[in-house]
Amino acid sequence: MTADRLGALPGFVVPGRAGRGRSHVPVPPNVLPVVSLPPFQIFLDRHAAELMRFLVALAGPNEAEDCFQETCLAALRAYPGLPPDSNLRAWAFTIARHKAFDAQRSRGRRAIPVAETPERAVVDEPNGAGAWAPLAGLPPKQRAAVFLRVAAEFSHGEVAGVLDCSEEAARRSAHEGLKRLREEMA
Amino acid sequence: MSDTDLREQIERASRPDGGPDPAAAVRRFAGRAQKEGLLDVAYAATDSPLGELLLAVTPRGVVRLAYIDENVGQEGVLEDLARRVSPRVLEAPDRLDDARRQLDDYFEGRRPDFDLPLDLSLVGPFADLVLARTAAIPSGQVLTYGQVATEIGHARASRAVGNALGSNPIPIVVPCHRVVRSGGGLGGYTGGVHRKEHLLGLESGDGGAGR
Repeated sequence: MTADRLGALPGFVVPGRAGRGRSHVPVPPNVLPVVSLPPFQIFLDRHAAELMRFLVALAGPNEAEDCFQETCLAALRAYPGLPPDSNLRAWAFTIARHKAFDAQRSRGRRAIPVAETPERAVVDEPNGAGAWAPLAGLPPKQRAAVFLRVAAEFSHGEVAGVLDCSEEAARRSAHEGLKRLREEMA
Repeated sequence: MSDTDLREQIERASRPDGGPDPAAAVRRFAGRAQKEGLLDVAYAATDSPLGELLLAVTPRGVVRLAYIDENVGQEGVLEDLARRVSPRVLEAPDRLDDARRQLDDYFEGRRPDFDLPLDLSLVGPFADLVLARTAAIPSGQVLTYGQVATEIGHARASRAVGNALGSNPIPIVVPCHRVVRSGGGLGGYTGGVHRKEHLLGLESGDGGAGR
């Protein structure tokens, strides 16, 4: 993450740049780090919308909310232990990806084998799931890679971090996914 | 299909009509965090005759009350709490119901003082002494900075008493407005002297007209 994007996150102070929203309560110098974690609420407000969209894309509109709650809980649990200069956005997407894939696995275990894949089954449900159909047709890893590249505008390196794979594999997943998506939507 | 079209398709696919609302999901999450014992600092904004207030509680009690105005933003107060108490800070109005009700009653003259547990973890040892003595001043009465200094056994420290009161993290509830200058001056106040005047007016029974 570049200094510019880091500086845009609340709570981050990039040297040579004025800090945002400084408190009127004096903080003793040389005691607390210049860079500190933003309040969890501010972190959530900043990323909730795109995380929910990511989870809709990965788990479908009906399971996204549960995955979102699990994602927030895991994030809040680990939050105070994070190094303050972490890439919080990529970190949050990584947790969300784990929760969505977990949900998918447990759904896979619950499902009675049918001719159609479980993802296809969700497509028939209401709540505008029809719009989700083209994404749902992709294998989960490609779906995640496509979303992260196109909607979240992550670098291949960041996508690799979220998917816990090599940069080359991330590049391949995004490429394959986009190709299939273009074919399906043509 | 162009990349822009593709992006639009994905945007639409990931934000279906009637799909989950992220803001509502975040509000629900505060309750979940509370149940799991992970809500270190709960906060809520509340209106008052003195403008918007931000209230924050920890499991131990009220830790912060801040006047929110053009000088002090909510984000700055929250960042300070994240640094000095815990970054696990969430908006959870339910946790503040009791404190907000007591504040409403106070401003409407239905209660002279507060019955709330306090968390003084933002306060150093000297300020702790000062605030403890200040908390015992009954509504409708005032002490001078010098009197507070003498009573806590630091007779010559009236300036330090003023500083400690000036950084009171829980104004109104810990009534630092009840400490004034000798000779009739009001002295300073965290939220500005006009607010001090208002609070003292309210407590003297003239409905907060102040002067």
